This record gives sequence, structure tokens and C-alpha cells, in this order.
Amino acid sequence: MLNCQEIIRLVSESQERPLTLREKISLRTHVMMCSGCSNYEKNMASLRLTMRAFAKGTNEKNKHEPESRDKG
Amino acid sequence: MDAKKKRDTLLAETTLNDGVFIEDLRRQMIRFASLQLSDVHLAEDAVQEALAGALASAEHFAGRSALKTWIFAILKNKIADVLRHKQRLVNASSLPQDDEENEDFADLLFDQRRHWQADGRPTLWGNPEASFRQQQFWHVFEACLENLPAKQARVFMMREFIELETDDICAATGITPSNLFVLLHRARLRLQVCLGNKWYSNGERLC
Repeated sequence: MLNCQEIIRLVSESQERPLTLREKISLRTHVMMCSGCSNYEKNMASLRLTMRAFAKGTNEKNKHEPESRDKG
Repeated sequence: MDAKKKRDTLLAETTLNDGVFIEDLRRQMIRFASLQLSDVHLAEDAVQEALAGALASAEHFAGRSALKTWIFAILKNKIADVLRHKQRLVNASSLPQDDEENEDFADLLFDQRRHWQADGRPTLWGNPEASFRQQQFWHVFEACLENLPAKQARVFMMREFIELETDDICAATGITPSNLFVLLHRARLRLQVCLGNKWYSNGERLC
């Protein structure tokens, strides 16, 4: 049984490499029972979305152009 | 159609001739490129090329933010190229060293059995897109990024901002994949805590 600290490390690594079957099973069973890690996993997906938006300059658009008009 | 194009061209030219705006933009670009390349000369070259590319087709970009977004996109590609092709120029010794306080950081979040402490347990952020529309969110986000330890920040930005693959980052920095995974994981954990505390717990009152 992996603890929470090990599980969130797997959550991060799942964004970097395919997890092994054993790791996937450990992760899924843990997350089913643990709200903290379940939230962490969902938030990590949100963090990646946020970075994508940040890299695309969504933040700059909002600073200068409150309404989206970037398609001209 | 033509009138619009003419207007956009004029607007872009005006923007690019605005010395204060360009100087400000250049400074931001150099800071970003230097951090990624850890070499001021390489950074200046990349920034110069990105700006020159922007001047060449400025008419496509109406407005400062569109132009800035686009110039940074060019700069990102230039940096990615440099990192991929001149790998040996950026070696492990040039990665900034972080203080060894990362384990202490985790100790604050987990109990002795390595499960979440009550006040460290993450709460669900919900729909992040609602936050993207709020300018204050991006201020908080940038502050959280700037608070990362330097080495973590560097590899995290390579991975998530420049969107380099693991192999490229390892080659460019001279660290091993498992080392990289640890750094990325620590950066993500810190961002989770920072955003959780500074935004999602009390900042999200709208929507």
C-alpha cells in the first residue's frame, strides 16, 4: 500500500511517462479512498491547463483586452 | 477588408515604434530567455531574432497583447531550438542550486505515516477556466511561479511553458530523468499549495 506522499509523486510522473500496470492499480485504488489525493490529481490536471493558457498568453489578453477579439 | 488591414498595419507599426513599450518588452524577454538559457549572449541573440521576426510581419497583429503573445511564441521556439541543438552549452553546473529545504516543505504537509495532515489536504479547485478570465488570478499565478526555488522553476518552465520533452530537458541540463521527475513533482506540489492558499481557498468569490 503506497502512502499519500508516494501517490502524489505518481500523479506527477503520470504526466511524464506511462505508469506501469502495478502503479496504475495502486494509484486508482488509493485515489478511490482518499479525497486529498483525488483532489490533488484533479488539481494537477487543472495546473497543466493553467500553464497551457499561461503559455498562450491568456493572462496578457486579459490585462489589455477584456473582451476577446483576437480573431480579428 | 483593406481598410482594416491598413489600420492594423498602422497600429502594429505604432506599437513597434513605441520605445517605452519595446524596451519594456525587451527587458521581459531577456529576463525570460536568460533564465532558460543561463547565458546572456545566447539570450540576447534569441531575443534579437524574435524581435526582428516580429518586425517583418507586424501587420498581422493588431494590438499590443496579440503582438506580445506572438513575439513570446517566437522566442519560445528560438529557446527550444537553442536548447535542443546546443545542448552542451547548458550543462548541469549551470543549473541553479536550490537550498536543501524541500523535505522540510513536505514535512509540513504530511504526518508521520506520510498521509495528508488535516490542514495540508488539498481541496478541489473546480473549474480553472472561470479563473482565467480574472486578471487577479494571473497575478497570483505569476507570484506562485516566481516563488519556486530556482532549479525547480527552471525545469518546470522548460517542461510546461516551452513544452520541451523529458529527453530534451535531460540533455540540455545534464540531469537524469528520475532527477527531473523529482524536481517537477516538487514544483507541482509547491504550486498546488501556493495556488490553493492564495487563490482557490479565498480568492474565487466571483462566479
